[in-house]
Amino acid sequence: MTTAGRPIDGSSERLDRPALVLRGLEKSFGDVPAVDGVDLEVRQGEFITLLGPSGSGKTTTLRMIAGFTRQSAGTIEIDGADMSQVPPYRRDVGMIFQNYALFPHMTAAENIAFPLEMRRASRSEIRRRVAEALALVKLEGFGGRYPRQLSGGQQQRIAFARAVVFHPRLLLMDEPLGALDKKLREALQLEVMHISRQLGATVIYVTHDQEEALVMSDRIAIFNRGRIEQLGRGEDLYDRPVSLFVADFIGDSNILRGWFERDGDGGWLVRDASRWRVGAAATARAALDGDRAAALVVRPERLRIVDPGDAGAAAAGANTVEASVRDVLYLGSIRKYELTLPDEQTATVRQQVGGNERVWQPGARVRLTWAVDDEVLVSDPGGRPSRPGDVPTAPLA
Amino acid sequence: MTDSWRQPRRLLLVALGALTVFFLMAPTLVVVPMSFTASNALTFPPEGLSTRWYEKMVTDPQWSTGFLNSAKVAFLTAILATVLGTLAALGTVRGRFPGRGAVNGLILSPLIVPVIIIAIGMFSVFVRWKITGSIVGLVLAHTALAVPFVVVNVATSLRSMDRNLEQAAQSLGAGPVRTFRRITLPLILPGVLAGGLFAFITSWDEVVVSIFLTSARFRTLPVEMWEQVRQVVDPTVAAVSTTLLAVTTTLLLLAFVVRRQAPAR
Ligand SMILES: Nc1ncnc2c1ncn2[C@@H]1O[C@H](COP(=O)(O)OP(=O)(O)OP(=O)(O)O)[C@@H](O)[C@H]1O
Ligand SMILES: [Mg+2]
Repeated sequence: MTTAGRPIDGSSERLDRPALVLRGLEKSFGDVPAVDGVDLEVRQGEFITLLGPSGSGKTTTLRMIAGFTRQSAGTIEIDGADMSQVPPYRRDVGMIFQNYALFPHMTAAENIAFPLEMRRASRSEIRRRVAEALALVKLEGFGGRYPRQLSGGQQQRIAFARAVVFHPRLLLMDEPLGALDKKLREALQLEVMHISRQLGATVIYVTHDQEEALVMSDRIAIFNRGRIEQLGRGEDLYDRPVSLFVADFIGDSNILRGWFERDGDGGWLVRDASRWRVGAAATARAALDGDRAAALVVRPERLRIVDPGDAGAAAAGANTVEASVRDVLYLGSIRKYELTLPDEQTATVRQQVGGNERVWQPGARVRLTWAVDDEVLVSDPGGRPSRPGDVPTAPLA
Repeated sequence: MTDSWRQPRRLLLVALGALTVFFLMAPTLVVVPMSFTASNALTFPPEGLSTRWYEKMVTDPQWSTGFLNSAKVAFLTAILATVLGTLAALGTVRGRFPGRGAVNGLILSPLIVPVIIIAIGMFSVFVRWKITGSIVGLVLAHTALAVPFVVVNVATSLRSMDRNLEQAAQSLGAGPVRTFRRITLPLILPGVLAGGLFAFITSWDEVVVSIFLTSARFRTLPVEMWEQVRQVVDPTVAAVSTTLLAVTTTLLLLAFVVRRQAPAR
């Protein structure tokens, strides 16, 4: 056994080293690239979520890390060691499967004991650690049950206990809560998160539930077509998406598509008769040249609804757009407005319900306004291929 | 439209079915009453009632040796075919190699090729190897005939098994050998055992290949029956047939029971 003697509490040099490094990772099935150049560095004890639409390569990436699938190109390093010649059973990586994959012919306790037996732990140590693991997932007294005698949530807990009982260097989870109902899922999200922190485990977690990702993760990697489109904390992804895809995938967004023109440090986004100012910071972050299709992203809670005649906001240098209210949805603590923009696009606005805010009725003609600092500029690869013809030469405001 | 014409048609169908079953079973089952006859001739219906032919079967060394030989050959065949068939099933279900389909077809071919052709082929080769008339030759021949049954049974079990279980075992630190012993084998065991029982039965009542590969000094039960029937027609044959039938039926039932013990999910 190569891993039996590894200290459970990482020595200091281990803590400096990244737990996992992926470089240029690729995998093709036939000519179809499933994973197309993934780079990722995960710190010790970090909780990373791979989030993305179906077929974006999350599972394939996870299976390459576990060693079940061999990469077509690129390298995988775990704790500084190259894994290309290491079979799955020597990688010391715990994996939790969506269907739990508990051994049906073994009791819960025997399932949890399995990785310890494989590491030739002594009988007394196995007994002690199985009991600890059962306590960790709050299933003391269930050790003698067979998997088919346990509920879905209990099975998932046993699978979790089995994957952490040997203190693996990495814990991989592929949509572990996908099969559970919403309430149980939310309870287990917190439990998995707390236990992982408590154990100091480094976790790579796959989901396509963005809320789950936001709740649990230190950082989130947004997958799209076999690549990581953006990697960052939930707030970063929400406040500063780097692409239209990320903006659309994380949270609700209002997207104004148009043509970007540079003007000094900042610029303008132009669409038909409208023209919106883009701040210097947003322009710098987007790193866009002028004269190209681009889009402005504004989150629903950053938009304000004002009277169409109200020129105050516009005068203060904010951007505005005319709209008409289509629906008003009262959701308790917030009120959600669905609006129609002049060119039939829709916008969403979230308004805190306080009691004395102005409430607009469906059909009302209004003006939406937002601060220049609250918008994000992203390029729009699917946008207009060329500059629109007749645009007003002067800014609206 | 009504039941007025459907009812008789249904009855006709049932009658036809019953008749078919009767024609299939009768020749087999007729030996059972015949084996209890008190007379010296094989007659139907039997005259009187006695177990004297069973006594003869047990005491006559020719029959008891045949019985023992058959059991030995069938037992060894079952073991060998189960091991080889299980490995073959693992290879053809799990393996990824060129010509996998062809290999699978070759393994299963004894199910399709006429037994007489297999018998002639084996005889001519075994004569050269000088293993005709020996237990070794017969076990090898019967194994070739029995392996397909094991492969089919084990392959079915393997296909219905969740592959994630093996990968889970690997991620928990079990190498290929321990994964097989601790996870795969226990889960496909019903298929393996059923395959073994089918292998035993295949050898137990095999007669064509056995006729070629046995000798006067080494005979299995079915061959002994064949020889005896050609000379004296003595009701002992009926007693032996009934015993053979009972063993086969019991093992078949057992195989079906075992087979139903699908791995618990
Ligand atoms: N064994 C395979 N053979 C062929 N193609 C595969 C195989 N496994 C995955 N793919 C393809 O690779 C791409 C990525 O699949 P993957 O399972 O990694 O996606 P995912 O992000 O996990 O999706 P989901 O959220 O639906 O689980 C898909 O287009 C899929 O069809
Ligand atoms: Mg997946």
